[in-house]
Amino acid sequence: MGTFILRRLMFLVLVLAGMCVITFTLTHVVPGDPARLLAGQHASAEEVRTVASMYGLDRPLPTQFWIYVRDLLHGDFGMSLTDRRPVAEDLGQFLPASMELTLAAVLLVIVIGLPVGLWAGVSRGRPIDHLLRFLTVGGVSMPIFWFGIILQIVFYKQLQILPIGGRLGILDMEPPRVTGFYLIDTLLIGDWPTFGSALVHLILPASALAAGSLAVVTRMMRASVIEVLDADHVRTARAKGLLPAIVLTRHVFRNALIPTTTVLGLQIGALLAGNVLAEVVFNWPGIGLYAVNAIRNLDYPSIMGVTLVISVIYVLVNLLVDIAYVALDPRISYGGGKRRA
Amino acid sequence: MSESASSSPTLEQAAAATTPVRRRGTLRRLIANPLSAAGLALVLFAVVVALAAPLIAPADPIAMMPDLRLQPPSLAHWMGTDDGGRDILSRIIFGTRSSLLTALGILAVASVTGTAIGLAAGYFGGWVDEILMRITDMFLAFPALVLAMGLAATLGPSLFNAMLATAVVWWPWYARLVRGQALHLKQEAFVEAARVSGASALRIAFHHILRNCLTPIIVQMSLDIGYAILTLASLSFIGLGAQPPTPEWGSMVSVGRDYFLDQWWMVTFPGLAIFLAVMAFNLLGDGLQEALSPRLRR
Repeated sequence: MGTFILRRLMFLVLVLAGMCVITFTLTHVVPGDPARLLAGQHASAEEVRTVASMYGLDRPLPTQFWIYVRDLLHGDFGMSLTDRRPVAEDLGQFLPASMELTLAAVLLVIVIGLPVGLWAGVSRGRPIDHLLRFLTVGGVSMPIFWFGIILQIVFYKQLQILPIGGRLGILDMEPPRVTGFYLIDTLLIGDWPTFGSALVHLILPASALAAGSLAVVTRMMRASVIEVLDADHVRTARAKGLLPAIVLTRHVFRNALIPTTTVLGLQIGALLAGNVLAEVVFNWPGIGLYAVNAIRNLDYPSIMGVTLVISVIYVLVNLLVDIAYVALDPRISYGGGKRRA
Repeated sequence: MSESASSSPTLEQAAAATTPVRRRGTLRRLIANPLSAAGLALVLFAVVVALAAPLIAPADPIAMMPDLRLQPPSLAHWMGTDDGGRDILSRIIFGTRSSLLTALGILAVASVTGTAIGLAAGYFGGWVDEILMRITDMFLAFPALVLAMGLAATLGPSLFNAMLATAVVWWPWYARLVRGQALHLKQEAFVEAARVSGASALRIAFHHILRNCLTPIIVQMSLDIGYAILTLASLSFIGLGAQPPTPEWGSMVSVGRDYFLDQWWMVTFPGLAIFLAVMAFNLLGDGLQEALSPRLRR
């Protein structure tokens, strides 16, 4: 297990280096004149020159790359052109909101997707399986941003039971910041009404965000369940007279989880990216909304900051998923693990 | 590797001989599944709408008609009008064109680039493979939409740049696919036979290996085209794709968002168009995958 994690960590370093090369290329090589981008469209030639020397943009490319990487390693993502604050500070402020939303969506995907996938798998070919197939194809085809708006029209405008957006109501007090997760911070001070409000505000954005991944994970779970149901060890378990419920939970569910975990890990990338869309629709003050505002203002340092942060999170999550994969798969045991047939 | 020698030309001839029959069978199997058939029908419908857009659109998709501003759906305007008094149905009809064309553009660029890189990596192996695949992994390490967003923002907001940006994040999937196929195919008997009989590396790579990669590439493209439409619409929605007044589904939803609580039709119909188009291609892609390779059934 140790060597495996070490190998993956070395690959991680390689990937991070590659990411730096790609974002460096995007910010320093692709734009004809990066200094003009930074200085803004209406800057004079003199101002552009000042910006160029300030950021080292008048030096040779390898030197520029060195400066870029050095700054990144010091947590310096440059200055935001919109609010003239360090991008790293902005990201620190807005990231927890995005994480809270993403985790809520992941939770929905796991809590609904796995059991429903199992259900579809064991009822293969029955009407419920066909209905679920139709729903899952619909789910993966759904544009997050449109689904979000439709949810707003139905639950805010028509039924008037859920808020239209934001993290809290106008009258709610923002909890003192400890983790930046409102659900945790309100609990820490025992502020139940605000906790409830934060929870209610999460429902629609998390549902809109989760829909696509939920469909993918449900389908994957169904497929793996069907595969496992045909496996010899399940037939043996049944033949020796185990209760169907035990066969289903201990033999089918657990083994079907293995391929599904990988897919779930990949879906977290989709959720992180989808965050951008969900945050715009629900006016959710996270890094996605920050990125889109940056795009509207052509604020490149901020856009690249968000791109890098989301990508690094994605890579780290995939690392964790790979480790979980090894931990879940009983066939790969690292010393002393019992093997169950 | 060495169990190859015996019957290579016959294998290839046999494969060539069965191809037409198999194709007919594919179509029949595709239509046999009602969901795939529905997907195929919807896709054909979208293609016809895109081709015949100027003939069937009831109104001009771009010209402003201030008197007709924000009208709800009626007999004259089936899907209502937008903030510029333009007929939404006509804009959706014209939007079909840009959505299909740009999605095809993405897949064309991504599949050609990815195939070339994957073919080189898989066929030559060794350090070429190592370098090309590590580069591919770098690109795959980014969440696609986020990298496309960064790239499109750098290039500047336009539909063409959004298309280019999406293609850049898409090719690695094709590179991986084709590399895997090439690795497997280059050990097949007929490739070995071609090599023994003195065929050049290029001829083997293109004539023997690439030709046999085409089915998985086509299946992958049919599975991807829906996502390509979705990605482009998403980029347009956040302001990085088509710019108003160009009739494009994603940017129509974006504009309609300012009015959606009272003028629900402005967001509902363009979004529905995206949803149906993506679903049609997904159903077709799924069906095609199943029909061509029943063992791949997911």
